[in-house]
Amino acid sequence: MAKIIITNRDGEKSEIKGEIGISLMENLRDNDYELEAICGGQCSCATCHVYISDNWIARTGERSDEENELLEELECMKEGSRLSCQVPFTAELDGLEITVAEDE
Amino acid sequence: MDQTFVIVGAGHAGGQAASTLRMKGFEGKIIMLGDEAYVPYERPPLSKGLLSGDIDIERVYLRKPDWYAKKNVDLRVNTLVDTIDKDNKSLALADGSTVTYDKLLIATGTRVRKLNLPGEELEGIFYLRAIADTLAIQKRLKPDAKVVIVGGGYIGLEVAAVSAKMGCDVTVLEGLDRVMNRVVAAEVSAFYHDVHTSAGVKIMTGVGVTAYEGDGDVTHVVTADGARYEADLVVVGVGVIPNCEIAEAAGLTVDNGLVVDKFAQTSDPDIYAAGDVTNHPNALLGRRLRLESVQNAVDQAKTAANAMLGTLGEYAEIPWFWSDQYDLKLQIVGLSEPDDDVVIRGDPASRKFSVGYVRDGQFVAINTINNVKDFMGSKKLIAAGRKIDPALLADVDTPLKEM
Repeated sequence: MAKIIITNRDGEKSEIKGEIGISLMENLRDNDYELEAICGGQCSCATCHVYISDNWIARTGERSDEENELLEELECMKEGSRLSCQVPFTAELDGLEITVAEDE
Repeated sequence: MDQTFVIVGAGHAGGQAASTLRMKGFEGKIIMLGDEAYVPYERPPLSKGLLSGDIDIERVYLRKPDWYAKKNVDLRVNTLVDTIDKDNKSLALADGSTVTYDKLLIATGTRVRKLNLPGEELEGIFYLRAIADTLAIQKRLKPDAKVVIVGGGYIGLEVAAVSAKMGCDVTVLEGLDRVMNRVVAAEVSAFYHDVHTSAGVKIMTGVGVTAYEGDGDVTHVVTADGARYEADLVVVGVGVIPNCEIAEAAGLTVDNGLVVDKFAQTSDPDIYAAGDVTNHPNALLGRRLRLESVQNAVDQAKTAANAMLGTLGEYAEIPWFWSDQYDLKLQIVGLSEPDDDVVIRGDPASRKFSVGYVRDGQFVAINTINNVKDFMGSKKLIAAGRKIDPALLADVDTPLKEM
């Protein structure tokens, strides 16, 4: 069972069973974490913004140019920023630690 | 307290509301009544990835089907509501049963506007709003199929793009003088017209459809000028109408949709509404409006759910929209009007540019094409109602973020 450890916008930490093969965003949405994901995962809105914990950044892959362009416009962008709809959840990410970014 | 909240409508707003209610700690009963066969889902992919077959139905669901039982949400699909009795706080369902509520959310959305032309009962003619429509249309989308699309708005052009990519022979019949006439300036319409014709799509503007011909199956679409277009498949996309009849019959205030206040509350203190169906005030825009968008469905549903729980937060966001056609991502922030000054930002020939709209010196809207940077950068400016120097807006070397 692959797990994801999530800190929500209120700073509360919890753990979910991650479903492999769908995006990180869909995992968060199915478990009712508060992110809007308005465009439904089309890399078009930046409302599924999460911070990947430092020790996991290298394992989650690179941002695409478009993802970068969206995130760069956010004031709260940090090094670990990702659009969760662009991060496939795989077995290698078992134990992934993330924080849901604030709604900008 | 053991309250029962009922949500009429299992679309995007209804689905979001149920999710927000549980997320905010509501532990009472939630009953959701939907007239389709599916759990709440996102409609945008229906004219894009679901139609093309790039994604499966499961990918459009807002939550997995098992979410509802897990979260103690009594979701009843294929369920129609006949009447609302707001004095007794109950609903009469089409199957003869009754449901009572402490608070009610009406999220009935819209339905397609039908032309009801002669011959419309022929097989092979479809509107597109629900998963069932997409699946039916898909069956006829084969290479070389003659696809006639009635209406050159978002739905029509997205279906045209998917069909063209599949090798179909596509014709778009638009009644007004240009495509996407309602939502973008002439320059953007012209750009998209060219993109489609380059892809082999024939676009006829100023053309009104008067009838369909066929024998069991449709064979031709007939227009007012007497022309006949061969068709194996017809897809009609000519707008939608809010589903507020039940609300009106119940005595709620209806005017271009079900009227709500800035907290998504109707004229009845225990009844709320959210999504496509509502006529709501927007303080940023300074007026009331009805929006047909995912952003409105999601944001207003959250407002409504919070209000139902006693947390009042004014709903006032800048509307935004998107449309995907071919490799082009069109994103729109704000609402433009025909008299706005149009400012081209970038080079359309590069297929990455923006078109800004300025009204009395104020930056009111933008269309961005393959330009997420401008899409994001424009939101705060437009929301703040900022005045803008059109020369700066036209200068691609000045990021919107810095204006």
